[in-house]
Amino acid sequence: MIAIKGVSKNWRDFSLKNIDLEVRKGEYFVILGPTAAGKTLLLELMAGFYKPDHGEIWVNDKNVTRMPPEKMGIGFVYQDYSLFPHLTVKENIEFGLKLKKMPKEDVEKKLKEVMKMLDISHLSHRYPRTLSGGEQQRVAIARGIVIEPSIMLLDEPLSALDARTQIRLREELRRVHRGAKLTTIHVTHDQTEAMALADRIGVMMDGEIVQTGTPEEVFHSPIDKVVAEFVGVENIIEGIVESSEEGVTTIRINDHIIEAISSAEAGSRVRICLRPESVTIAPSKTTSSARNTFSGAITQLVPLGATYRVEIDCGFPLVALITKTSVEDLGLRVGKKVCASFKASSVHVF
Amino acid sequence: MIEKIKREGMLVAFTLLGFLIIAFIVVTLGNMLATQVVQDLGGLIKAAQDPVVLDSIWLSMYTAFLATLVAFIFGVPLAYILARKEFLGKSLIESIVDVPVVVPHTAAGIALYTVFMHHGGLIGAPLSSLNIVCEDAVLGIVFAMLFVSAPFLINSARDGFKSVDPRLENVARSLGASQWHTFCKISFPLAFRHILTGSILSWARAISEFGAVIFLVSWPRIAPLLMYERFESYGLSTSRPIAVLLIFICLTIFIFLRLASMRWQRHDSD
Repeated sequence: MIAIKGVSKNWRDFSLKNIDLEVRKGEYFVILGPTAAGKTLLLELMAGFYKPDHGEIWVNDKNVTRMPPEKMGIGFVYQDYSLFPHLTVKENIEFGLKLKKMPKEDVEKKLKEVMKMLDISHLSHRYPRTLSGGEQQRVAIARGIVIEPSIMLLDEPLSALDARTQIRLREELRRVHRGAKLTTIHVTHDQTEAMALADRIGVMMDGEIVQTGTPEEVFHSPIDKVVAEFVGVENIIEGIVESSEEGVTTIRINDHIIEAISSAEAGSRVRICLRPESVTIAPSKTTSSARNTFSGAITQLVPLGATYRVEIDCGFPLVALITKTSVEDLGLRVGKKVCASFKASSVHVF
Repeated sequence: MIEKIKREGMLVAFTLLGFLIIAFIVVTLGNMLATQVVQDLGGLIKAAQDPVVLDSIWLSMYTAFLATLVAFIFGVPLAYILARKEFLGKSLIESIVDVPVVVPHTAAGIALYTVFMHHGGLIGAPLSSLNIVCEDAVLGIVFAMLFVSAPFLINSARDGFKSVDPRLENVARSLGASQWHTFCKISFPLAFRHILTGSILSWARAISEFGAVIFLVSWPRIAPLLMYERFESYGLSTSRPIAVLLIFICLTIFIFLRLASMRWQRHDSD
């Protein structure tokens, strides 16, 4: 368990402001935030590389704020992996083990285990510069976990890799985490990565943790507009609450009424947010359980690989994320009239 | 051809200018070496057998080595601090390191003499009361060489440590290595090529020193001083063989060390 208590730090262009955070034992915690939010600095503080200006860091109920990094027992993997370029893969991995003054047989045994687990045994005598990004990443993870740290810190561990390797290593990370039940803190700017890996997410903006919660909480109930925009909630619309009964709220947006599940009071100005993947499109009005259906014309179609971002003018702008196949099957094109619908329960009001 | 000159006029001009400066260096040294070998091979062989000449060359080489060793012991830690830490007055310290390079070496010689002379020298007097003499002694040569050559080692080592990503040191610490262990196993080996290059430069600079040494130590005679004295007393034919011999020995060592440092290159992170 690691607890950050009111930590502040000014360092070069970054500043961390009064950060409170608790990561539970065995948890996979993702710190999600845009570039230059101070995520790496926060990790480096946890690892003891730098000391906070204010506040305390506790690991397993022990105040480690002023402890030198070598006494902390925290594993660290940087974005660029930071393998020691003058040492072979084997020498990199055994660097920490050798410092533990273990019997030689135990070192060899552990080395074998970890290299087998990460499938890098065949790279043992190679130098880091001869390895691919994905291989370097595995070596860096092996080097970190082999010393059996109490916490593993990963700084953007996947962002330097190509998409396919990313997905493969994401699964690897999850497997390693489950296998070792290792408390892991993973920093990223990638929402998909966060969603795929996290038990809980902490959203970081401008040196502050602005929201903590499960992936569902963060992605479906972002705490404010900035978080909503960052986590990819493209539909953020302002309106006025008309009525609120038994948890169902009707919200007026221009001449339209949207139904949502919320406890907002009648008459209050609110923002609703809606993830684009929650919006479905049909060629004409159909009967369904979705409480909100609007007709409008498509104003823009943007291909995003396997999906399309579809903008519809329903009297207010609405963005939907539709698979390429659906776009083709429905014959969607700019100017076509369609019906967009979404469930009241997928609308978040704040 | 004319088309190419028109197209890449600047690069052609730069190549020509670069060629001239290289030619200047090669012609100057080559002419001396060739003239010596072709016109007076006997003089060269005679110089190579002259114990006075050999002693002075040997003296130059080992005092330069000692000066480099001292610069290494005190300079490498300083270089590490300069590469890693930000502190008040850092640029002042960096300027002080560079001062010996810009001070005229004869002026440095006067300064060294003033400090190390045994009558009234700020350091020389107390040392001589302990029976440690700098004036006209090997120790004096080492101090004078150290003064003019240390900046080369310190600056090169600082650049070397700067080229080592601090994240590598962070990771080593997180794996349980102390600061000292991290320095010995990560920072130093990765900066080693720079440090070696700096040491070679520093050593070569120390061997070539004349102005800074002669005020403090006119005996025993370092090779450049012997060369000068022979030139003054007997002329070119006596002094040139010593110069050729010294250049030949220095270049051999220089090339050997250069090759050794290139082997190290493959481990560098940059």
